[in-house]
Amino acid sequence: MPDHIFFRGGVHPDDGKSLSCDVAIQSAPLLETYVVPLQQHIGAPPKPVVKKKDAVLRGQLLAEPGGFVSAAIHAPTSGTVKDVSECLGLSGTMIPAVTIVADGEDTAAEPLPVIENWQEADPDVLKQRVTEAGVVGMGGAAFPTSVKLSPPPAKSINVLILNGVECEPCLTADHRLMLEDPEKILIGAQIIARILGVSEIHVGIEANKPDAIALMTEKASGTPVTVSELRVRYPQGAEKQLIYAITGRKVPTGGLPMDVGAVVQNVGTAVAVAEAVLEGKSLYERITTVTGSPVVAPGNWRLRVGTPYSEALKLAGGVKMDPAKLISGGPMMGISVYSLDIPVMKNTSGILLLAADEVSQYTSESCIRCGRCVDACPMSMMPGTLSVQIENERFDLAEDWHALDCIECGCCAYACPSHRPLVQHMRRAKGEIMAKRKAAQAKK
Amino acid sequence: MAGVVVLLVMGLVLGFGIGLAVKFFGAVVDPRLEKVEGMLPNANCGACGFAGCADFARALVALEAEPGKCPSCSSEAVEEICELLGVVAEEREPKVAVVRCGGDNTKAKMAGQYNGVADCKDAVLVAGGGKGCVHGCLGLATCARACPFGAIEITADGIAIVHDELCTGCAKCVSVCPRRLIVLAPASAPAHVYCNSPQKGAAKTKVCKASCIGCRKCVKASEDGQMEIKGFLAAVNYDNPPTAAVCDVCPTKCLKPASDEAASPEPEEAREVVNA
Repeated sequence: MPDHIFFRGGVHPDDGKSLSCDVAIQSAPLLETYVVPLQQHIGAPPKPVVKKKDAVLRGQLLAEPGGFVSAAIHAPTSGTVKDVSECLGLSGTMIPAVTIVADGEDTAAEPLPVIENWQEADPDVLKQRVTEAGVVGMGGAAFPTSVKLSPPPAKSINVLILNGVECEPCLTADHRLMLEDPEKILIGAQIIARILGVSEIHVGIEANKPDAIALMTEKASGTPVTVSELRVRYPQGAEKQLIYAITGRKVPTGGLPMDVGAVVQNVGTAVAVAEAVLEGKSLYERITTVTGSPVVAPGNWRLRVGTPYSEALKLAGGVKMDPAKLISGGPMMGISVYSLDIPVMKNTSGILLLAADEVSQYTSESCIRCGRCVDACPMSMMPGTLSVQIENERFDLAEDWHALDCIECGCCAYACPSHRPLVQHMRRAKGEIMAKRKAAQAKK
Repeated sequence: MAGVVVLLVMGLVLGFGIGLAVKFFGAVVDPRLEKVEGMLPNANCGACGFAGCADFARALVALEAEPGKCPSCSSEAVEEICELLGVVAEEREPKVAVVRCGGDNTKAKMAGQYNGVADCKDAVLVAGGGKGCVHGCLGLATCARACPFGAIEITADGIAIVHDELCTGCAKCVSVCPRRLIVLAPASAPAHVYCNSPQKGAAKTKVCKASCIGCRKCVKASEDGQMEIKGFLAAVNYDNPPTAAVCDVCPTKCLKPASDEAASPEPEEAREVVNA
């Protein structure tokens, strides 16, 4: 058993990974149309640079970053822009999107110039490339990577942690990536380390992926990368919990990993960075797990951005029984959606279908103050108390009780015997508190 | 016995002291203040911009505010206040809130089942709450709870309707609706468009039978400028409104007479719309 430090709290959901963890990554055939959302990341929406009827090539810029915290969007294939309008997004609202009708040729645009000797390249040039390629965090949050790689000069970063934990049940995209492309992950890690100017690089992998740990350890010998085997417990792969497990450093409340000198990147992001630098490839495809008991052939696919969920499901052979629930992401942190028209984005790590007998409909009851949510919370919060305050719209109290520290991992709701919608309450409170702060700032 | 006498004497002396203190140091309260407070609705809706009715009354007596600023007062109450304070009321037009969605459970499709917190603001955080139309009323009563006058009702079919006779136009509901469906319209307006989806007609009819499909029939049936089409949505020109008769031409009945909405439709009538 690994001797790493262990965060408090957490839960042990059934990991459901056996459905797809042994299925190799497959590439998807070309589709006729792709609907590429323009807002695929946290931050400012990018500005579209194409218009209706424009011809585009694969990898061509569709939208340029609309600010510092923003990311470029590139075309997934060659074809014609049918429309610059909108599509249904994860949040149930319409989001701006570019519809591309493929010409079937899949002609690549002129790639960005390859940076071959990245070991000696100027870190700023490498960082510029990450920006140009539109790389965002591919673990799920989709935070623009270039921003994470530009810490303010006052913060000194001395450790880079690659996140290969994949603690979210049912998802196996990162697992397969580590088995099938370990070299690229390691090169990507070293490029990121060069940009940040750090020499200490860790890859954290949960102990339930022994094959990935063995392979990564083997490939990492002779590189500055150390592979760490981590105990299995959800949410081991959450940024702050991962930093604690590997370095023993605690990110202060309201702080960021850079406050303790750490930067965490997903293994998928490392591959995207490596491809951007070594191949000049912009980010327009990713590995997505399509899984769940109703799916005929669960597996992992290399999907282009803009592929509708319905097409991804077709690749997996469709369904053998009526699904009761469709989730974008995994069962713990994923978002339940109701339409297969939603397109795959840069952060779509999984598409999960659940059968009727796997979905429970609960009525939420009053808090019985049993404290199970407190035991389960990896952020040492008191979700039960907070949820009662939030129910009464006491967002000021919720702020005092550090509602903003919530990482929305869902452990509290998983543990709650009263089936209280604790995560939804937290989200509401976080939204209200942020809105209040924004209004206060605007007043000044 | 001695104790009773001592307490009695103490009471008399201290009481006299308090009486003197009030006489010399007591704050002078305008007697009109209490009267004005009594004339205000005391719902503390905040629509006047002051911190509640008491604060507004203080401002009124100090002649720092116009009585007409209170949208919740009836025009008689405003006149009474003006008479008391000796000011002239500004001309004002009473307004009512309109929930611009007519897609209740019988007309709008549900795309999924929502089983979370029963509040619209919470529902929009989870994939939009499960209603097929991403612009429609979720019917989870956030506006009804915000209304200080109980003027908004969630019907049995799951949609918010405004009872015009109770609505004072205080606009408290306007800002709480996460879908931005509620607007204030002149209470005299004969008809409203009960749809706010900016999508194309074909996309709207897929999810709702009571959506505005932008067919322009109402524009043709009314006089110039009375009805407008903005994008794919019809809009009543409240400065020059058409008569309620124009509603008859609307194929989806999203253009409805203002008085019709709160009156619950007859069951037969409701079924007719579903089958249309």
